[in-house]
Amino acid sequence: MSSTIFRHEFRSRLKSVLTWSVAVTLIIFFYFSIFPSFADQTEMLNQMMAKFPPALLEAFGMNRADLSTVLGFYCLVFLFIQICLAVQAGNYGFGLVSIEESELTADFLLSKPVSRGQVLTSKLLAALACLTLTNLVVWVSSFIAIALFKGDRSFDVGTLVLILLSIVIFQLFYLSVGLVISLLVKRVRSVTPFSLGLAFGTYILNAFSGVFGDVALELITPFKHLDPNYIVQHGAYNQPLVLLNLTITIISLAASYWLYTHRDIHAVS
Amino acid sequence: MNIIEVNNLTKYYGKSRGIIDVSFKQEEGEIFGFIGPNGAGKSTTIRLLLSLIHPTSGSAKVFGKDVTVHGPEIRREIGYLPSDVFYYEGMKVIDLLKYSASFYGKDCSKRIEELSGVMELELNRRISDLSYGNKKKVGIVQGLLHSPKLLFLDEPTAGLDPLMQRKFFELIRKENARGVTIFFSSHILGEVQRLCNRVGIIREGKIVEISDIRTLQKNNYKKVNVTAEGLKPADFKLAGITNVQADNGSMHFFFKGDINTILKKLNGLKVVDVTIEEPTLEEIFMHYYE
Repeated sequence: MSSTIFRHEFRSRLKSVLTWSVAVTLIIFFYFSIFPSFADQTEMLNQMMAKFPPALLEAFGMNRADLSTVLGFYCLVFLFIQICLAVQAGNYGFGLVSIEESELTADFLLSKPVSRGQVLTSKLLAALACLTLTNLVVWVSSFIAIALFKGDRSFDVGTLVLILLSIVIFQLFYLSVGLVISLLVKRVRSVTPFSLGLAFGTYILNAFSGVFGDVALELITPFKHLDPNYIVQHGAYNQPLVLLNLTITIISLAASYWLYTHRDIHAVS
Repeated sequence: MNIIEVNNLTKYYGKSRGIIDVSFKQEEGEIFGFIGPNGAGKSTTIRLLLSLIHPTSGSAKVFGKDVTVHGPEIRREIGYLPSDVFYYEGMKVIDLLKYSASFYGKDCSKRIEELSGVMELELNRRISDLSYGNKKKVGIVQGLLHSPKLLFLDEPTAGLDPLMQRKFFELIRKENARGVTIFFSSHILGEVQRLCNRVGIIREGKIVEISDIRTLQKNNYKKVNVTAEGLKPADFKLAGITNVQADNGSMHFFFKGDINTILKKLNGLKVVDVTIEEPTLEEIFMHYYE
């Protein structure tokens, strides 16, 4: 680990962290501001929901959630937060070493007295620190928004904490999977298409899992592994799926270290 | 002591050739010129020595340590100026130099000041606003600021104006006088000739010749220009003569062999003008290309 690289990486991402943090805060406050009117008119809401096609409700995870409760409503909001966090973490993962290579600054960095392993560790930790900042913002915004708009409804704080604790697992998945994909493909010209593809791809796999019939494709997506509705219903994680998620993350990280230390850094062609 | 020791180093990029079976040694304090046309494998060799890329076969040692094993340790004492310089566009020059210095764990601020003074580099400008030549200057300061023991210069003068080139050469000579070993890659032979003690010539990935710059010039060829009355190309039909050009009573050619045979031939002619001189490296070099 090189503190020099860590500091450089961390600083260069601060602007992006700020943007994403503002985005998730706005989402949380915007949705929670309409929560009181939602909850007060449960009867009308249920009638309205009945008119929506079930597939659509399933896609937004609204068929299992009771939107008149604080946590039920929070599950809906959390889905949007998850999409944002997936894109952010994917951005950092895909760009972690590829930006350096496409902008040709890798020569500068790797001719310094640091090993590839040190470079990767420092970069990963810096990215994780940045993601944790956004994570903290989600925690704080969620608690404040709920306190502001819940009225006299009560909710189980323990379950909310459990949902929020899943964020770090979720972020690590997209960070490491993004990284390993960026090392497997020949060249990443632009990071955004990759991270959007990964985030929405995994989201759609979960949302429309019924469409694919019996093929259990949703088993590979973190949106299923860390489905907030499941956590609310059971008051616990879906343990086998969370373990699967962690396994994918660990394998991606191990593969990334191997690939990066054996990688040829090409000159300008 | 050998600073660089390369043994049968080979690198293929998939199926395309990088370098094949390259071997050479460079001693401490030497300025070694590495010449060859574009795409001959000069940059590949340097990148292998910096372990930016990994060899297909063969091995290389720098400071007596294997580059694939002791990379970080070796690079502590290496300065590298790439042929094309790319830096973090959003940074200011001084911030980039400080970032670079922070890897070496010593105070380089005086060196930065001194070097950027010599190279007339403005420290407070943004990298993205710099011209190619100015970026190159950043590269020079960046490569030297930690007082490395070994310098890799990959086509260092491209983009520098003649005045800056001269200052740069002075700088390199001064570094060399302090004991710094210099590996100088170039396709401009004039500058190699001016600076280097020894040269390696690389062509299509293979080393064609390694020799002392003086032996390369002396032992090989003489360049002969003769103007004489009634001179015919047939007069110089001798073994060892190449590159014959004849025009209007004068002849120019290269000769390799006992110079007395030429002198004897000249004796029988009514010579108006004659010069016998060392060919430039450029001319010798062209010979290797044919």
